[in-house]
Amino acid sequence: MSDVLAVAEHRRGDLRDASFEVVTAGRELADEQGGDLHLAVVGGDVDGFAEELNREGVDVVHTVAEGEEFNHDVYVQVVEQLYAQVAPTTLLIPNTVNGLDYAPAVAERLGVPVVTDAIGVSRANGSMEVTREMYGSKVETTVEVDADEVVVTTRPAEWPQTESEGSADVQAFDADVDESAVRSTVTGFEEVGGGDVDISEADVLVSVGRGIDEEENLELVEALADTLGATLSSSRPIVDAGWLPKNRQVGQSGKVVTPKVYIAIGISGAVQHVAGMKGSDTIVAINTDPNAPIMDLADYAIVDDLFDVVPELIEEFGGESPV
Amino acid sequence: MKILVTVKEVAEAEDDFEIDGLDIDERYLEYDLNEWDDYAVEEAVQIAEDGDDVEVVSVTVGPERSEETIRMALAKGVDRAIRVWDDTLAGAEMLDVGAKADVLASVVEAEEPDLVFTGVQANDDAFGATGVALADTVGFEWAAVVNALDLDAEGGVAHVHRELEGGVEELTDVQLPAVLTIQTGINEPRYASLRGIRQAQRKELDVQGLDDLGLDASVVETPVRRTAMYEPESEGDATVYEGSAEETAGQLADLLRDKGVVEG
Repeated sequence: MSDVLAVAEHRRGDLRDASFEVVTAGRELADEQGGDLHLAVVGGDVDGFAEELNREGVDVVHTVAEGEEFNHDVYVQVVEQLYAQVAPTTLLIPNTVNGLDYAPAVAERLGVPVVTDAIGVSRANGSMEVTREMYGSKVETTVEVDADEVVVTTRPAEWPQTESEGSADVQAFDADVDESAVRSTVTGFEEVGGGDVDISEADVLVSVGRGIDEEENLELVEALADTLGATLSSSRPIVDAGWLPKNRQVGQSGKVVTPKVYIAIGISGAVQHVAGMKGSDTIVAINTDPNAPIMDLADYAIVDDLFDVVPELIEEFGGESPV
Repeated sequence: MKILVTVKEVAEAEDDFEIDGLDIDERYLEYDLNEWDDYAVEEAVQIAEDGDDVEVVSVTVGPERSEETIRMALAKGVDRAIRVWDDTLAGAEMLDVGAKADVLASVVEAEEPDLVFTGVQANDDAFGATGVALADTVGFEWAAVVNALDLDAEGGVAHVHRELEGGVEELTDVQLPAVLTIQTGINEPRYASLRGIRQAQRKELDVQGLDDLGLDASVVETPVRRTAMYEPESEGDATVYEGSAEETAGQLADLLRDKGVVEG
């Protein structure tokens, strides 16, 4: 028993990137253990999904035709039953919003430990070692799991997507779903943060984060954006505080942006934010903390107080600083 | 109705820090209420303010030091607080998701709340899993990453929005009793008023050990343990501008001109 079972993710008819990343992570792990990689896809157009998921290194794709969209009450039951059939040592689930909505419950039912948000997994030394971050990405840790079986959720975009076509067996799995245990109903989806500005179209973004401290200080970065002819965007805390509308938010739960120049002002670079902006051509960071995660990503950096630097920058371009 | 809110005191590392063994040296850590839990407390308190006969109880697994954080929650409108701690918990190397869920489950079973709110994650260890694990342990329904809640207490349904990635929200109806993991931005957490802080001193803060909860030491024996902590190797090859603010701004201005961001 040394197989790996991974679960794909889809939404509104499309497989999500995390599905092809978890194939890469799963194959690596299966190779270390000398086992097979089983991949499951639950709900929606499972046959169509199975074709797409038939990538190099996948030994079996299990299709489970239960429902159209993700429902955790269904997923928990199906994955538990499939796990019993496959009998893997490791269950891999993407560490997405939906992954976190069922992986801990599956682990609980299986009586198996769960380790979330992995950025590395290895069984090279026998027991499972998971690499994770702590304290807002300031440190990395190794977590060892001294158990035969484990559920691990894998952070999106940490593994490359497996692209090449494979030769997997596609097997339909007939799950026995207890409808009385389905106590949540997905009633629809809603796009949020429309508005008149599309930050994903901007060539230059001046993006502001928690370092701005007070709402009235936003005026300062607005003045910079105006002077540069750039578009103003932000990290999550600014939107949470209601200082800017949702359509300005860059990140995992906001917009993914790929401007020519991204100027991150007072943004530390939480992983959820980075997910939305790391594809920018040139990243400039202005931050007091030289160890902030954004510095690892930046092409150019100023380690200084934004309230000193930004007014100077505005003046450089003949603008007028409000402070 | 009764709402139980899990409240965690989390450690935040200063900009400069040193690692001592398997954790950041205590000297470089500052403690505060977990950001996500602040929103969870606010959501519960707002429901209590809008309805009759709603009790809000908080539960914290943590040492005496965390009472400062708990008092903040009490000052914001939590009616009473439970703190779970004893020598066994203090001696535990690491509480994994399963252990935390088991401890909290025993509190849920004793309190029998209609709703449990937890933060989506804690900003120190960022497991993001305790709420859902807890729900399944106690047999409650759940929803993770909730950023809007319309509660129909009489109908026994919570209409929630779950914040998915990429600016999409899922609309879901969840049967009560339920655990909801609360996302930041669902509301605007209040500051504790001076009056609230004074009142908080008089509110009940009940300290319970594993014995009181009918648990034994085996609950903290988990197969998951931290074996290393280190600062990640910097992958950054950033050009860092040096000098006064005027000088660094000048260098950045030159770059932006070179990139054609601005003319002149």
